[in-house]
Amino acid sequence: MSTKTPDTSTDGTAADRAAAGSAGGTDTSPAERHSGRAGEIRAIPRTGESITERSTAVHRALRWWPIALLILFLVAPYSALPVPGLLDGPLGSPGSLQLIALCLLYGALATGYDLLLGRTGLLSFGHALYFATGLYATNLGMLELRLPFAAAALFGVACAVALALLLGSVSLRVTGIGFSMVTLAFAQAGSILVQRNPGGLTGGEEGRSAPADQLPSALLGIENTANLYWIAVAYLALTLAAVHWAVGSPVGRVWEGIKENERRVEVLGLRPYGYKLVAFVLAGGLAAVGGVVYLLLTGGATPQAATSDATLSLLVMVVLGGSGTRWGPLLGGVIYTWAGHRLGDLANSETIADLPAVLRVPLSQPLFLLGGLFVAVVYLLPGGLARLPARVHAARSVRSARAMGRAGAPSARPTGGPT
Amino acid sequence: MTDSPFPAAASGSAALTSAGTGTGTGTGTGLGGPGAALAQAPANSLLSVRDLRVVIDGLHILHGVDFDVARTGVTALLGRNGAGKTTTVKAVMGLVPRTGSVLFDGTELSFLPTHLVVRRGIGYAPEDRGIFAGLTVAENLRLAERDRATEPAYRLVHELFPELKQRAGQLAGTLSGGQQQMVAIGRTLLNRNRLIIADEPTKGLAPKIVAEVADVLARAAEAVPVLLVEQNLALVRRLAGTCAVLADGRTAHQGDTAELLADEEAARRLLGVGSKRAGAGPAAGPSAVGPSTAGRAPTAPSVTSEVNP
Amino acid sequence: MDTVVLLSCTGLGLGALYFLVASGLSLIFGLMDVLNFAHGALLSIGAYATWWAGTEAGFPLWLAVPFGTLVGTAAAVLLELFLIRPLYSSPRDQILATVGVGLAVPALLMGIWGADARPFPQPALLSGTWHLLGATVPVNRFVLVAAAGVLLLALLLFLARTRYGLIVRAGVEDRAMVTALGIDVRRAFTLVFAIGGAAAALGGALCGLYFGSINPGQGTGLLIFAFVVVVMGGMGSVTGAAVASVGVGLVQQFANYYTAAGLGDLSVVVLLAVLLLVRPRGLTGRLA
Repeated sequence: MSTKTPDTSTDGTAADRAAAGSAGGTDTSPAERHSGRAGEIRAIPRTGESITERSTAVHRALRWWPIALLILFLVAPYSALPVPGLLDGPLGSPGSLQLIALCLLYGALATGYDLLLGRTGLLSFGHALYFATGLYATNLGMLELRLPFAAAALFGVACAVALALLLGSVSLRVTGIGFSMVTLAFAQAGSILVQRNPGGLTGGEEGRSAPADQLPSALLGIENTANLYWIAVAYLALTLAAVHWAVGSPVGRVWEGIKENERRVEVLGLRPYGYKLVAFVLAGGLAAVGGVVYLLLTGGATPQAATSDATLSLLVMVVLGGSGTRWGPLLGGVIYTWAGHRLGDLANSETIADLPAVLRVPLSQPLFLLGGLFVAVVYLLPGGLARLPARVHAARSVRSARAMGRAGAPSARPTGGPT
Repeated sequence: MTDSPFPAAASGSAALTSAGTGTGTGTGTGLGGPGAALAQAPANSLLSVRDLRVVIDGLHILHGVDFDVARTGVTALLGRNGAGKTTTVKAVMGLVPRTGSVLFDGTELSFLPTHLVVRRGIGYAPEDRGIFAGLTVAENLRLAERDRATEPAYRLVHELFPELKQRAGQLAGTLSGGQQQMVAIGRTLLNRNRLIIADEPTKGLAPKIVAEVADVLARAAEAVPVLLVEQNLALVRRLAGTCAVLADGRTAHQGDTAELLADEEAARRLLGVGSKRAGAGPAAGPSAVGPSTAGRAPTAPSVTSEVNP
Repeated sequence: MDTVVLLSCTGLGLGALYFLVASGLSLIFGLMDVLNFAHGALLSIGAYATWWAGTEAGFPLWLAVPFGTLVGTAAAVLLELFLIRPLYSSPRDQILATVGVGLAVPALLMGIWGADARPFPQPALLSGTWHLLGATVPVNRFVLVAAAGVLLLALLLFLARTRYGLIVRAGVEDRAMVTALGIDVRRAFTLVFAIGGAAAALGGALCGLYFGSINPGQGTGLLIFAFVVVVMGGMGSVTGAAVASVGVGLVQQFANYYTAAGLGDLSVVVLLAVLLLVRPRGLTGRLA
């Protein structure tokens, strides 16, 4: 961004980071800033020098980039821009819109999931259960209870919230890994229940499609794909707003404390259990709304939505994008969903088929690629994509501080612990 | 006990060599590494800590601790609750991530993982005793057998702590606090150690047991130098020749113990007590956030005692 | 009566299978704080290796099973050395890495041998039935119970009588203190992973015997029940895992029979929930 002369390098970096931070709206918590894997020094502005002096009007304007992007998303259906490589058809075509809508949906789901993982430190393996509950309950509300769509959606979300409250209150009695395994067990039970098709309600392996006569006509048919797309955008905006607001609230600060050190929170006189339950129910509710949107987008409820693989996919998205950041999970969700579609094409493509068996067999399995990708991300990109710019900055600042540090400042390289 | 169980010369129980002849054998010269720091280390100090810093969860706990441990006798590490004494000791042992220089008889320890630090010849009796409750007394001791070259000094340990021999098959979790402390100290005496680090060994013990532990430490110190973290000033006065005082994660004072304790004003300022009072310090420990530390500086003293790697 | 006997034997057989998977999982978690999502993959590796040796390579089953177990053990050791150990400083990253492996390995197996179930060789000696108290019970149930019993005994002896067993027991309680006694715990880690891998691979081999076939998703399906067993029994406790395995296996079988099919699995989860409400620290009181 700014050119760096050696004697102002540290300041330049601090200003860069502050500007980048404010321009990108990256909501990095103090814990993140301190725990960079590169062993960074937290750059502090020198006395008498204010960061705001250095952020120019350009930087201030750049703060509004999320709004600009939102506007872009909103007008996309009107565009006929071809995006070769990324999308099959032009930007405004139904196929592209459907794909983008799915990407945004999963991005939103990942953001809601990160409320648990990245903001409160709760590793839940059963998140997909609430997504599936919203999905199936809404569908059943229309099919069995003959409710109109809006009422059925409310019913579906209410069911999921109630379930989250019930299961969360039991699961949270256990902390740490026990909690994770209990959520996994509950989700697995749900998945089994769905597949066994009790009373013909869930349709077993095939699922059940949504009744077209109870959906508003504006949401049916290929020509209305744009409407569904806008609903997905709205859901994303809702999730981002809800998460942002919750994280910034006093409750959100307790979450951050719980994530860093739960015992410290207890010692302060707060009971983490209640706060964790709030996070759990809120995330579950957001997931349920996502289930409703999914129902509209795909036209039916299928049992794949309830499997543990579904939650694991969310986990991959969050880790890939960067847990605990504002945009990381969204980024991860979009990339993962898009890649999932493209990898499917790639796996069946001719280039792969021509490879020798030793390469072809693993590469033709999308799950193998995703699992491998996951391991690679954990190793090479700890902290996810969203933290990559910060890590690059940190590495540069450490290097320049070391150059300055040879004049006598203490080395900041930690030993004997997490590097 | 009239007969000191710590033979000065090898006579069968080879547990403790008399390391305390005080003549620095010249291994204090550096082997490369942080050259500037080494030049300051006095040749007669066994352990030299320079600029030790610890950051945990983003909180700076130690801001550059310096002190030396003498080659003979007991060196005390003192300070109020939350000053960073236990963290310092853990940093020396490598149990928390640290930067700085820890020079032990010529070897730089700050890059080594804990088990290698210990293998250099350091016996460690931690603040919470570190006893494995699910193992028997004998198993706790057996686990501590370290060096294959030398026989573990069971004879010595059983002479000092006959109860441990009687209760060898008892689960260590059912022992009393004093008995557990015996196991902890016994472990440090099993191997040929060149330094023993004891973190608040008398904490929470009844006065009679405190006296016994003090006796054992005194006798141990005749043969092996000891770094003693303590709040019990009577004990410190009796045992420690030199001391270092920490405050807020830094070294506030180093010097002779008797002098420090004689200076009432300094003692009150640094240690928070009148030195004439022989009582033990506040029965502090892991539950460090209490009313006594409520109004402290924002360096969150509660964190230090809670830190468990 | 004979129904009860049959259900009990089947439940015990299933419980034995769970124990084979859960024992290693429990030790790994208790000692290393690693939630090994790749454990199911180790089971599948053992299953497929045994199957391959028994069918395509033509070994008799009594040779194929040790072969499969060895392959699984080797895979576990490689996993620990190259994937887990480098991430020692970050337990959460370790868990995530095992998740990745847990996704990738079954997919790889599916790519090589297809998604369909493969029939597992059933030697004549083990494919019959025995008569017990008026019920006709397939022999392979007893094979599983015997294997689990041997494993339990071997593990208890290992833990109680050997130096590494001592290190593991102490490490489950307080890993840092073990290093503070001068012991390099990482060797114990690899050993525990190897033991877990061997047990899981053996479980995979016997799984084929029990169900009559193997498929790539078997490991992951069993893994979830193994997790339940570990949570119920208490992390790091082998005896806890044994007791919980028996409980889970029996409950599942009886519930599946006496109520609608499928509710057996649900009832296991309900059992878990009830237990945790009453004793949040698991049966033996050792929960992270």
